[in-house]
Amino acid sequence: MALLQIAEPGMSTEPHQHRLAVGIDLGTTNSLVATVRNGIAVCINDEQGRALLPSIVHYKPEGAVDVGWQAQGAQAQDPRNAIVSVKRFMGRGLRDVAHVESMPYDFVDAEGMVRLRTVQGIKSPVEISADILKVLRTRAEASLGGELTGAVITVPAYFDDAQRQATKDAARLAGLNVLRLLNEPTAAAIAYGLDNGAEGVYAVFDLGGGTFDISILRLSRGVFEVLATNGNAALGGDDFDHRLFCWVLDNAKIAPPSVEDARMLLMKSRSAKEQLSANTEVPIFAKLQSGERIELAITRDAFVDITQNLVGKTLAPTRKALRDAGLEPKDVKGVVMVGGATRMPHIQRAIGDFFGQEPLTNLDPDKVVALGAAIQANVLAGNRKAEDDWLLLDVIPLSLGLETMGGLTEKVITRNSTIPIAKAQEFTTYKDGQTAMAFHVVQGERELVSDCRSLARFELRGIPPMVAGAARIRVTFQVDADGLLSVAAREMSSGVEASVTVKPSYGLTDDEIAGMLRSGADHAREDMEARKLREYQVEAGRLIDATEAALAEDARLLAADERTAIDRMLARLRTLAAGSDAAALSAAIAEANHATTDFAARRMDQSVRRALAGQKLDELKV
Amino acid sequence: MAVTITERAAKHVSNFLAKRGKGVGVRLGVRTSGCSGMAYKLEFVDAIDQDDLVFECNGVKVVVDPKSLPYIDGTELDFAREGLNEGFKFNNPNVKNQCGCGESFNV
Repeated sequence: MALLQIAEPGMSTEPHQHRLAVGIDLGTTNSLVATVRNGIAVCINDEQGRALLPSIVHYKPEGAVDVGWQAQGAQAQDPRNAIVSVKRFMGRGLRDVAHVESMPYDFVDAEGMVRLRTVQGIKSPVEISADILKVLRTRAEASLGGELTGAVITVPAYFDDAQRQATKDAARLAGLNVLRLLNEPTAAAIAYGLDNGAEGVYAVFDLGGGTFDISILRLSRGVFEVLATNGNAALGGDDFDHRLFCWVLDNAKIAPPSVEDARMLLMKSRSAKEQLSANTEVPIFAKLQSGERIELAITRDAFVDITQNLVGKTLAPTRKALRDAGLEPKDVKGVVMVGGATRMPHIQRAIGDFFGQEPLTNLDPDKVVALGAAIQANVLAGNRKAEDDWLLLDVIPLSLGLETMGGLTEKVITRNSTIPIAKAQEFTTYKDGQTAMAFHVVQGERELVSDCRSLARFELRGIPPMVAGAARIRVTFQVDADGLLSVAAREMSSGVEASVTVKPSYGLTDDEIAGMLRSGADHAREDMEARKLREYQVEAGRLIDATEAALAEDARLLAADERTAIDRMLARLRTLAAGSDAAALSAAIAEANHATTDFAARRMDQSVRRALAGQKLDELKV
Repeated sequence: MAVTITERAAKHVSNFLAKRGKGVGVRLGVRTSGCSGMAYKLEFVDAIDQDDLVFECNGVKVVVDPKSLPYIDGTELDFAREGLNEGFKFNNPNVKNQCGCGESFNV
């Protein structure tokens, strides 16, 4: 006899057609799966009643794979094959990963994404994440008694396209149908029921195991709009563990530990950190492989001391996000705390002081994201009525645009635009008879392409030959609800088309993102100058081309001295265009325009004469 | 003629209703569908219709529409746990056959 769940009025499903949907929080340290049962979002526990699944995958020599609690024990004995915090490697190259030197893994720097050599062969972070997702999927299907219709998987708001794509790939590999990727802070806001609550601005402060996100959301008429996001994709509870671990090494005065000892001490540090949230002093005992013993005690004050600058690191992005949203701390109506690391009292205090109010902590900070994702999944799977449906608006973290002549960026979608979004812009050809056009899609805030991140390149061929500037090429940028970008170019007269879905070259670090945002502001003036110079250079190039084409055709219209003057002017223009004096180049362009006016007029007269030759006045069609 | 609910099931229903924040009871019913002819319906009740029959049992309002009642008269709604899965169960004395999954039946 099947076990039934209570449905919303009028929403009973046909037998065997339950739309089972789950929300998955694929975390750096822990992962969870939740669903909506009997109208309420709940986390799905394992057989032992535990909701959390440690995000640890242990590849064993005989071919078995342990995930979660079972794998945790292997961390100290077999660190090379027990992979923790794999989320940090998603969509990243080796050089983007922080603390590589203190990680026990055998990294293989592969094209695009870093890979790890394990006893079961080389594994990509996507495969390792899929192994975690498979366990959650099995758990959910056992609990719900059927196959899943789909899942909503959460990602940090700061994840770039590469990381989002990698997450989607991992889900697909685990046999999950991804209904949607959802930003973690947005999921938390849903879990807190802020969508049913008072309108206003809310901040979601999410300090997880390995990532920090701050999001400023505005709720109006039941609609969430993400006003701004910021954060640091390489800051989290792990860093607090690492600080404490370094403190232990310093204070125990031992030789550099072996890989196994280091892992064991790191675990001891983590557990001490967790205990310090409830106790003011915690002992740390350990026995090393060498037989050496460590006996230390750390006080909460000492822990606050060594980690205060990490707390400070969360405040700078918070300030920046508020500034992006054009708000002050006092404008924020409520602050939601997410992530196990927010249990640390000194973090709650710092955030409370910053916003001038007590943050919301009544839901389990480890579970809120999964619960929110489950609520969203339930809606997307069609288990709620249309009038209950609500819209989620997310934003893109960095502007998206194209390279134009002279290495300049033309922003098509500006940062913090709400998604999904589609925007089109028209471009044209630069040269006469140009039949192809190369498109370079870039991401970033700077004016010069070389300062932005390259996402993709593609070409549009088969443009009918026309004079420069006559072709109309419409380029459409589309960012879907998951934040994934596709770009299409279409020549309007012939209809030829080309497009690309951005699977960007992996590997932009959070620091780079933060750095790109910062430098966008810091270099505003410099960028403006650089843009001016590039624009003049492009203009000079165009002028030189046009004049040379005219000379090739109609040089005979010029007297010898006029010809010499124009040649000299062209040479000067070439020299200045290669340099970097924008003012001189601008003056030379103006001068050249002036110097060729007469020549242009004569050419015009000549062509009019040619056109009129042999025609009678009354036969002319004007 | 009556439909009842066990104490255990009633506790869960009250709990769900409280967490849901609205609703007056639980609706039991049948629909003609499924692999064996009829299928159970189990829903929250926000509004009781004029024709509805309401059975108060263990502090929970069990609502049944008059057309469904003959099929489920005498049914006891229970709550059970099977491994990781848990949910409600219809103990219906009218059932002659049911499909393997128990989601649909005939009388």
